[in-house]
Amino acid sequence: MAGLEDLYREIILDHYRSPRNRGELPSPPAYRVEGFNPLCGDEIVVTLDVEDGVLADIKIAGSGCSISQSSASLMSAAVKGKPVAEVRDLIRTFKGMMSIHEASLPHDGHDRADGAASGPVEIVSGEPEPVDVEALGELAALQGVVKFPVRIKCATLSWNTLAQGLDEVGTAS
Amino acid sequence: MSTPAGTHEGTARGTARGTVAPAGSAPSRELDVCALRADFPLLGRTEQGRRLTYLDSAASSQRPRQVLDAMRAYEETSYANVHRGVYALAEEATRRFEAARDNVGRFIGAPEPGREVVFTKNATEAINLVAHTWGRANLRAGDTVLLTEMEHHANIVPWQMLAAERDVTIRWVPIDDDGLLVLDDLDRLLEGVKLLGVTCASNVLGTINPVAELAQAAHRVGAVVVADGAQSVPHLPTDVSSLGCDFLAFSAHKMLGPTGIGVLWGRAELLEALPPFLGGGEMILDVSKDGFTPNEVPWRFEAGTPPITEAIGLGAAVDYLRAVGMDAVRRHEVALTAYALDTLQSRFGDAIRIFGPLDATRRGGVVSFVLGDVHPHDISQVLDQYGVCVRAGHHCAKPLMRRLGVTATARASFGLYNDLADVDALADALGEARAFFA
Ligand SMILES: Cc1ncc(COP(=O)(O)O)c(C=O)c1O
Repeated sequence: MAGLEDLYREIILDHYRSPRNRGELPSPPAYRVEGFNPLCGDEIVVTLDVEDGVLADIKIAGSGCSISQSSASLMSAAVKGKPVAEVRDLIRTFKGMMSIHEASLPHDGHDRADGAASGPVEIVSGEPEPVDVEALGELAALQGVVKFPVRIKCATLSWNTLAQGLDEVGTAS
Repeated sequence: MSTPAGTHEGTARGTARGTVAPAGSAPSRELDVCALRADFPLLGRTEQGRRLTYLDSAASSQRPRQVLDAMRAYEETSYANVHRGVYALAEEATRRFEAARDNVGRFIGAPEPGREVVFTKNATEAINLVAHTWGRANLRAGDTVLLTEMEHHANIVPWQMLAAERDVTIRWVPIDDDGLLVLDDLDRLLEGVKLLGVTCASNVLGTINPVAELAQAAHRVGAVVVADGAQSVPHLPTDVSSLGCDFLAFSAHKMLGPTGIGVLWGRAELLEALPPFLGGGEMILDVSKDGFTPNEVPWRFEAGTPPITEAIGLGAAVDYLRAVGMDAVRRHEVALTAYALDTLQSRFGDAIRIFGPLDATRRGGVVSFVLGDVHPHDISQVLDQYGVCVRAGHHCAKPLMRRLGVTATARASFGLYNDLADVDALADALGEARAFFA
């Protein structure tokens, strides 16, 4: 059995205790999107500002467990100021790291953010793509989560919610 | 199978095969938990080299060997589809299936077990059955359904579905900060109410509700009372006549029985007046091209092949509980809960917020809490490392979570096989969780 230190890496605990980009951007003009994890009652609110194809600003609100909160914090730090295309790549890579096990999990269909992920972030089924963990930098700390399958949804909640937000911003403009 | 010396209560009218007397039952009618635990094979499991600490019986209880054996023996010696079979084997299967119905009915004091006990898939389906049949036959636009703020989704959503379809209003009995129903305004709340849905015991707060008092008040305004017994029937002596409700729903898998079967008890005269639930075989007397004639109760509500082996298992579970004695079960769980409330409060002081009444005699063996600012999900993860199984989440009671101002709680819940060592293991592991996230 995997130990607690596989799951709760120091970086994760750090982002949990002092989350980055916490709060909400005024919306409008920012776009606001919510995600839920029915399993643990986690709720996440992502507000994002997309300008000229760049994710100019992002803030995270809501409440949840250490994994969902730290994943959201790490995500916000990684995507802020990046071109949307790059953000989408990162989402895909991150989901790739998490999907190895997610694909084999029964899908409960309750996860709104997941359910809405009909855009570019399909859950990988079949052969997992090789994941370039190097490219994930600090985010690689979340790799241990896959050893705890029930927690994968905690880690992916903010990412699915962001993906949903990017899709909706794209269609709204 | 064992027939321990000193078992007293008759299993004679119980299952047809063998005895199901639990190892821990004794003439004193007090629980010998240590002996009793030997009946539960799963409790012999170790986690990380420690004894498993199973504190999730409110979700599903473990089953004693007597239940597992009864199901297996039935499958190996008497299995056939029930009803309509002319051969001896099918007749025996039917007899045993109906004997289980009778047994379950007697366990809850049903005046007419043979007519009043409907087998369903679980408590959820039992409540949905009432909503579909009684609800559709009786609720009209403008009618009101009264629920409490502490209901499980199983006793909320079926009414919301009906409310949306029929333009029915749902009203809520509030709770106070101790997790007790606020009944000062009951008469006003009951005005124009056609149906009251109330849980006998909360799966989050533990609170045991005064169902008899509520039922009396509801009947005064002509309302029908649906009681959710999912958390009470497994843990408290139950007598439907003194409860005073019109329907009682519960699940076998929370009372030492198998999954896949639940019970709706209903007053015979009410059931008689209801239309069928699902359509198909078993639930009809006659079918022609022009239509069908529904069967007698309770079969009218049991379309298709029922969960037969599961009914045998539920019957064996009831035998087991009866032999241990529900009074003894209750006393044991009150003592355990009092010890848990005490231990957790003295160990964690202000850092722990325990939901529900702090008087163990007013609650079931369910202890929900939040500890400091450690998320319940993280708590249960750390506890798991110490072999302690607790549940974390909203416990299918989101309106209640909102009322409590939390999104989730951790919940430890007891069964008759838990002991003080389990509570100590919980407290120790919680201490580790706190230290880890400090
Ligand atoms: C109070 C209460 N009602 C209803 C249910 C639903 O039981 P089941 O899932 O077996 O239908 C539960 C179980 O979680 C419960 O605790």
